[in-house]
Amino acid sequence: MTEAEARTLLRDIIAGIAPEADFAGLADDEDMREALDLDSIDFTNLIIGLHARTGLDIPEADYHRLFTLAGAAGYLSDRAPGPSPA
Amino acid sequence: MTAPSTTAMTYREACKQGIRDALLSEPRCFMMGEDIGRYGGCYAVSKGLLDEFGEVRIRDTPLSENGFTGIGIGAAMAGLRPIVEIMTINFSLLALDQIVNNAATIPHMSGGQFAVPLVIRMATGGGRRVAAQHSHSLEGWYAHVPGLRVLAPATVEDARFMLPAALKDPNPVLIFEHVMLYNVEATLDPGLREVDIDHARIRRPGTDVSLIAFGYGVTKALAAAELLAADGISAEVLDLRVLRPLDSETILASVRRTRRCVMVDEAWRSGSLAAEIGMRIAEEAFFELDAPPRRVCGAEVPMPYAPHLEDAALPQPEGIAAAARGLVRPA
Amino acid sequence: MGAFRMPALGADMESGTLVEWLIKPGDTVKSGDVVAVVETQKGAIEVECFEEGVVASLAIGQGETVPIGTLLAQIGAEAPEPTQPHAPPSPKPAQPQPAPPPAPAPAEPSRIRASPAARRLAAERNIPLATLRGTGIDGAITLADVAAAAAVPRRAAARGFDAVEMRRAIAAAMSCSKRDIPHYYLSETIDLTAALAWLEAFNAPRPPTERLLPAALLLKAAALALRNTPRLNGTFEDGEYRPSPGIHAGWAIALRGGGLVAPAIRDTDRRPLPELMAAIRDLVRRARGGGLRLSELTGGTVTVTSLGERGAESVTGIIYPPQVAIIGFGRVSVRPMVIGDAVAARPAVTASLAADHRVTDGHAGGLYLATVTRLLQTPEVL
Repeated sequence: MTEAEARTLLRDIIAGIAPEADFAGLADDEDMREALDLDSIDFTNLIIGLHARTGLDIPEADYHRLFTLAGAAGYLSDRAPGPSPA
Repeated sequence: MTAPSTTAMTYREACKQGIRDALLSEPRCFMMGEDIGRYGGCYAVSKGLLDEFGEVRIRDTPLSENGFTGIGIGAAMAGLRPIVEIMTINFSLLALDQIVNNAATIPHMSGGQFAVPLVIRMATGGGRRVAAQHSHSLEGWYAHVPGLRVLAPATVEDARFMLPAALKDPNPVLIFEHVMLYNVEATLDPGLREVDIDHARIRRPGTDVSLIAFGYGVTKALAAAELLAADGISAEVLDLRVLRPLDSETILASVRRTRRCVMVDEAWRSGSLAAEIGMRIAEEAFFELDAPPRRVCGAEVPMPYAPHLEDAALPQPEGIAAAARGLVRPA
Repeated sequence: MGAFRMPALGADMESGTLVEWLIKPGDTVKSGDVVAVVETQKGAIEVECFEEGVVASLAIGQGETVPIGTLLAQIGAEAPEPTQPHAPPSPKPAQPQPAPPPAPAPAEPSRIRASPAARRLAAERNIPLATLRGTGIDGAITLADVAAAAAVPRRAAARGFDAVEMRRAIAAAMSCSKRDIPHYYLSETIDLTAALAWLEAFNAPRPPTERLLPAALLLKAAALALRNTPRLNGTFEDGEYRPSPGIHAGWAIALRGGGLVAPAIRDTDRRPLPELMAAIRDLVRRARGGGLRLSELTGGTVTVTSLGERGAESVTGIIYPPQVAIIGFGRVSVRPMVIGDAVAARPAVTASLAADHRVTDGHAGGLYLATVTRLLQTPEVL
């Protein structure tokens, strides 16, 4: 999965969790939880969404690496094999 | 006496020509009734027939409706083709026993061994200023009885051709001629030789409301349709023609098209033929209706003698139009 | 067979707007099916019906606002002709129930005047008669009226929460609570070392879908502890406390952009942790995306609020009437705690209880918090 694909995927899943999320105002290295007002349950739903779409088993210890858009995109492009259909 | 060369004739003349036709073409046919011979019939339908056909086939009877109707039934059972005339429908009540208990039942009770090919004609209806013993409209009572066919010619054409058709029926047929129609004149289709006695007919097609009538009611319904047309309402006028057995199919088809109906019936509303038709519509076409079925019937009083009261007691075009307007374009 | 009526979706709801029908005449529905979306002060709620049968007719149209108790749809055979107008909306707050019971319905409100032909076309086109203005006899709806309506496309119903209305509803409920309920407040700081260690071990081998958050443990402990203090689980109405036979915790969910809902999780105390976790995730997702159901919103017998990892350290709750208690959990954070003779850094949470003094006293509340504390020390039994 390329970083661009990862970003698309992230936006897609977050749109389902926080429909009002404003990605335009989201900086790459900003904590999405703060910027998009995601609480731990939203964040868990994000992880589960990524798991469902990529098959990636993201361990809890890695959660912090997905707090920012840049971090999450990098993490996914490193590990995810490629885009899978929704 | 010969048939008129022109095809324009009155309803009275049409009735007479129907009888002549039967007498000429059917040697077993004869006619009897009160004052039909020398006097020419109380509504002059049979005027001249005595001269043309003689006393054997045009027989005056005593004032004894039950008696001569019974004779007619017996003659029919014995193989003749009698035409019995009863002066008015009110007098026919004297013959109810013969009509209901014998004419209607004998084919059934004899297991089909006896036919009763009898035709009974009588005048019906109000408007002639002849008061409460000569003016009623009791066709619905006869239409109640299984074993009878009940006809109500509303046009010159039907007056002319229903009788010959009725004589061909092996069962008793009653023909009700409305007193207000006798003087109506119309031009007959010279090519026409017969009419059916099974079906109702649309006399004026329309889309907004069905006016269902018979006898003179058809004339009034057509007048009402004219009034409605001036208001932009398209009324369909259905002439029942056959009061028993009712042509439900044609009635329902009309109401399914227009989705609204007004029954016109000179008879008293309670237990009227209009009630029967309305109920059939409710039963069979309920989900097609866009408004409740309505009736314009005779007032539930003995027919008044005074002209203005008699007019008020009978359905009139204005009242029919108002009822239809109330369904199509309620205020 | 029966009448499906505008449900009471909250203590102070008097009327609701039917924003979307999800059924049409002729559909077969069973108890629990989502049949409509109703806009209340709390927002658009998916409403279930508790009738079985074929939808005979829809009595009101999309966009109509009607008092609670108004007939919305006839399910099953047609009800008998009305003998009296429909009951006026109840002036009292609705009694929270696990599920609105299929109570004997009051008489059907006046039947809409419509011709049979109009009714049939309306049913075919799924046009609620109540949305139409009749031009027929005595205002009856005619075929032409339905045909005209059928020619006009209906606007799609908006779903989601109306922030202004919701703020109003919260204001009403909380004002009522603060005015009528003599609250007492207790709190307790609970050492979560054992709970979090257990959680970490539990989660490590599991895929994300099966992992638990501390919230699930806190909720389960709060619910289980209510078994020992049943007088915190119920309702107070008309001067009388009624205990609830089941423990159905309303889980408070803050909505982004403001607002709050507390959908109920039925039989909270009896559900395994993974199930509770899944329920919480599902409710949060649907609450924030729209699409909560009526029974979830009205079924709470007590409220539990957890502020989460980005929340404040503690919360002093306001009871959601007619409930009699709200249990709050602040942010889980590492704090200095005295362990034996020494001060140690331990992960901890502040649990709080706000309870109705008309029903319980501080002593009972204290025992309750002690039970929560104890339960969280042995997470494996939760």
